[in-house]
Amino acid sequence: MELMPKEKTAEETDFRKDIDPQGVKKEIMDKYPPKVARKRSKQFIVNKKVDEENYEEIQANVRTIPGIISQRGCCYAGCKGVVMGPTRDIINLTHGPIGCGFYSWLTRRNQTDPSTTPDHDNFMTYCFSTDMQDREIVFGGEKKLKAAIQEAYDIFKPKMISVFSTCPVGLIGDDVHAVSREMEEKLGITIFGFSCEGYKGVSQSAGHHVANNGLFMHVIGKDDTVQEGEYKVNLLGEYNIGGDGFEIDRVLNACGIKIISTFSGNSSVDHFANSHTSDLNLVMCHRSINYVADMMEQKFGIPWIKINFIGARATSDSLRKIAQYYGDQKLIDRVEEVIAKEMAPVEKAQAEIRPRLEGKVAMMFVGGSRAHHYQELFSEMGMKTLAAGYEFAHRDDYEGRHVLPRVKVDADSRNIDELEIHKDPERYHPRIDEKELEAEERHGIMLKAYEGMMADMEEGSSFSIDDISQYETEKMIELYKPDIFCAGVKEKYMVQKQGVPMKQLHSYDSGGPYAAYKGAVNFYHEIDRMINTKVWSYIRAPWEKNPELAAMYANE
Amino acid sequence: MKIQGKTEYKATSNACKLCSPLGASLVFRGIENCVPLLHGSQGCSTYIRRYLISHFNEPVDIASSNFTEETAVFGGAANLKLAMDNIIEQYHPDLIGVATTCLSETIGDDVPLILRDYIRDNRNGDNTAIVPVSTPSYSGTHIDGFHGAVRATVDAIAEKKNRAGMNINIFPGMMSPADHRHLKEILSDFGVGYHMLPDYSQTLDGPMWSEYQKIQEGGTPIKQIASMGDASASIEIGRILSETKSAGKLLAERFEVPCHNLGLPIGIKETDAFFDAVSTITGKPMPEKYSEERGRLVDAYVDGHKYVFEARAVLYGEEDLVVGLASFLSEIGVIPVLCASGGKSGHLKGKLCQVVDEFDAKGIEVLDGVDLVEIGDVAKEISPDFFIGSSKGYKIAREMSKPLIRIGFPIHDRMGGARIVHIGYRGAQQLFDIISNTILAARQDASPVGYAYM
Repeated sequence: MELMPKEKTAEETDFRKDIDPQGVKKEIMDKYPPKVARKRSKQFIVNKKVDEENYEEIQANVRTIPGIISQRGCCYAGCKGVVMGPTRDIINLTHGPIGCGFYSWLTRRNQTDPSTTPDHDNFMTYCFSTDMQDREIVFGGEKKLKAAIQEAYDIFKPKMISVFSTCPVGLIGDDVHAVSREMEEKLGITIFGFSCEGYKGVSQSAGHHVANNGLFMHVIGKDDTVQEGEYKVNLLGEYNIGGDGFEIDRVLNACGIKIISTFSGNSSVDHFANSHTSDLNLVMCHRSINYVADMMEQKFGIPWIKINFIGARATSDSLRKIAQYYGDQKLIDRVEEVIAKEMAPVEKAQAEIRPRLEGKVAMMFVGGSRAHHYQELFSEMGMKTLAAGYEFAHRDDYEGRHVLPRVKVDADSRNIDELEIHKDPERYHPRIDEKELEAEERHGIMLKAYEGMMADMEEGSSFSIDDISQYETEKMIELYKPDIFCAGVKEKYMVQKQGVPMKQLHSYDSGGPYAAYKGAVNFYHEIDRMINTKVWSYIRAPWEKNPELAAMYANE
Repeated sequence: MKIQGKTEYKATSNACKLCSPLGASLVFRGIENCVPLLHGSQGCSTYIRRYLISHFNEPVDIASSNFTEETAVFGGAANLKLAMDNIIEQYHPDLIGVATTCLSETIGDDVPLILRDYIRDNRNGDNTAIVPVSTPSYSGTHIDGFHGAVRATVDAIAEKKNRAGMNINIFPGMMSPADHRHLKEILSDFGVGYHMLPDYSQTLDGPMWSEYQKIQEGGTPIKQIASMGDASASIEIGRILSETKSAGKLLAERFEVPCHNLGLPIGIKETDAFFDAVSTITGKPMPEKYSEERGRLVDAYVDGHKYVFEARAVLYGEEDLVVGLASFLSEIGVIPVLCASGGKSGHLKGKLCQVVDEFDAKGIEVLDGVDLVEIGDVAKEISPDFFIGSSKGYKIAREMSKPLIRIGFPIHDRMGGARIVHIGYRGAQQLFDIISNTILAARQDASPVGYAYM
């Protein structure tokens, strides 16, 4: 598409400075009924430090108010769609009416490469459901579930079958766990169920936790084979959307770092089963997978560190962090070589696009980590993130893990099992000095640490907004006129209709990869094209027709 | 032809149907200033939104009563009323369409009762119209939710006030927004007044906004639905629909509005029937514009028949769409060797026999209540020239290296699903060109020479 760099006048770029963020917040909250306003204002924060360590508290992981249109999904979506969906050789069987299975049928564009496991199994293009009918609701669905498991086994001979409960299952009292145990005994493969009924918890986050628990109890640690390799890691919370995982694998391979298992992009049951033999867990999406990281540390003595491979600079920082953790000069040197080689084309691309993107403003409302990670990528383009938020994250994802002891666990979260984990009597062996584990620090690298999103956002002038509603989205766009808005397909068209470029960061439209170095270059060019395309010259945004709309909130 | 490899499966793999609240939500998005509300877990509304949005490429807001575990145990009345309050306060809609889900149906929430309480407690200050519809996803498919919502809306709102004037009620069923637009154009060209329900020609295929629209403009105005009892006649589209308790039948029984049941007007035969019906009701001949379109279409059939003749197609989708397409395909000489649907009304084969000439001689396989794995099993036996249906057939088409012509719903791997015109002479013209060109392209690609001339 032809590029037409649009010159912004000084007036246009400066107007945001004159807007009072607290005034904006007040304006938006005033339109809500008082009860709703009270609740939403705790989830709608102008980022601000209250002391040396702490940011203003944000309320997160709380119920969405009925009738306020949210972008959140359900427990089932988090369990089946997000965490378990990207593993190619598990038969994921949805126990319920047809909708849930259909709607989670590879919609997240997770990629996989079956050629890397010996059996080449790939069931991800299938969507299996017990397709419950009236009679199962009345008389119970266990019989049909058993038959479906038997059938899946007969046809595919998979290594593992997992069963996902949808809303009615819990209500009619089908015991998916008992059925799974019975069938596991009968068929001799791993079969287990998830109690991930859609009404559990407050968002898909509950489902992540349920999935983490299931993986930990039934799969992780089943294969004690120790593989060759010097620096063996697991990559946690990377889902290989648009091929991100492939690009990260390429970079880690170049550094001589071996991935035992990724949770769960491009993954196999075999990888999970063997993952407890690695030295270190790298946590990418903190929200969806930190439970597995913690449990692996407690049971097997594997430490975890937070990394981020979104953004070239973030990728380099993460590689250096891994190298420093190991403290091995050979690895440190190799990592520096890789960074030097990979950064050359990245810097060339940056030089090309920065003049057209410098100073532009982004907003992003995505899942549980991307709204943070992608800020790095935008800052490499000279862009600023003015407002960001998660759909389903918790306070620690915003404010940092140091607030964990202060997070109130409410009834909705208590419904999700917290597993009690003990050291494995035979297989627990601390990968590093026990003292380092205890101090949560090695070679100056903090273990189990995540600073959260707020630490990377500009104080006083930027927003953290949890579980943003359709109405708040509309107002933020109207008031700040971002140069680009990032969210998911549900928001995509309401944003584009207003003449604002919109990038889907859940499943990347049809693009990707955007991770690591080559991904960053892809992303720079794509955002450059999106913001500067000629298409915008055919339309005028609502506020361009109606300038007083823009002025209205200034200097209030 | 006798099909060998048909297996009776227990599970459904790669379903050829969606759940009923999706159909209901789609109807409510085709009513003016209406907000659909799903009574259940928020996942239902999110999943259904993401599916509708990825097909239509338009915003689709669907509210939820956001069940929690507590709600699932103690009932959803409080959540539903709170959701109603918040929707009314934020959107000031003319209508809220409340569709149930498997969750609220399983616990046995009495939604009409809860809504009556809501009105009795004077919480509906705006006097917003409220239409409840029961759509448990363990019964039927999205099409049942669709027709159920149309009927529930008519049931709740239509009246007879003996207003004068010629008006036709039209129930188009689940078509593309472009189809809805085309139907309206035809009726306008006849110069007849009409009330079409639903009408998402604008709400789900709209232009850029000049100002923010909380609820997209367009859709059937409630006033028009209210006056459906006074119409001269109803036209209800769908041969399978005609076998059910439909909105058209309700109007016939309650207000004596005669109902004409027609097939989907795809292809010449069924489109002729549609125009005949409108002419009969209005006493007016087919407008010149359409006789010309028909003429050009016949001309194209003559020019192109040799390329498509005896091509073999696997066809899948909602039962009524399958019947309509089979009628069209057989009139252009394509044999719909497999007609399949995830729906199971029990009428598919019977209706196909009515529209496909020499049905028995053609050895057509009909499968209802099937999924795309079963369709794939049979397709592999009969090795068709192409597939025609939604994006969901891509896996099989790819495995067999056969072209897939995307029509119907959902289409989420191509642009323009909302803009496909399936109906009328114009729709047939477009489909005919696409099918001919698909066949020509396949032959051209397979040819060792690769002629670039027909």
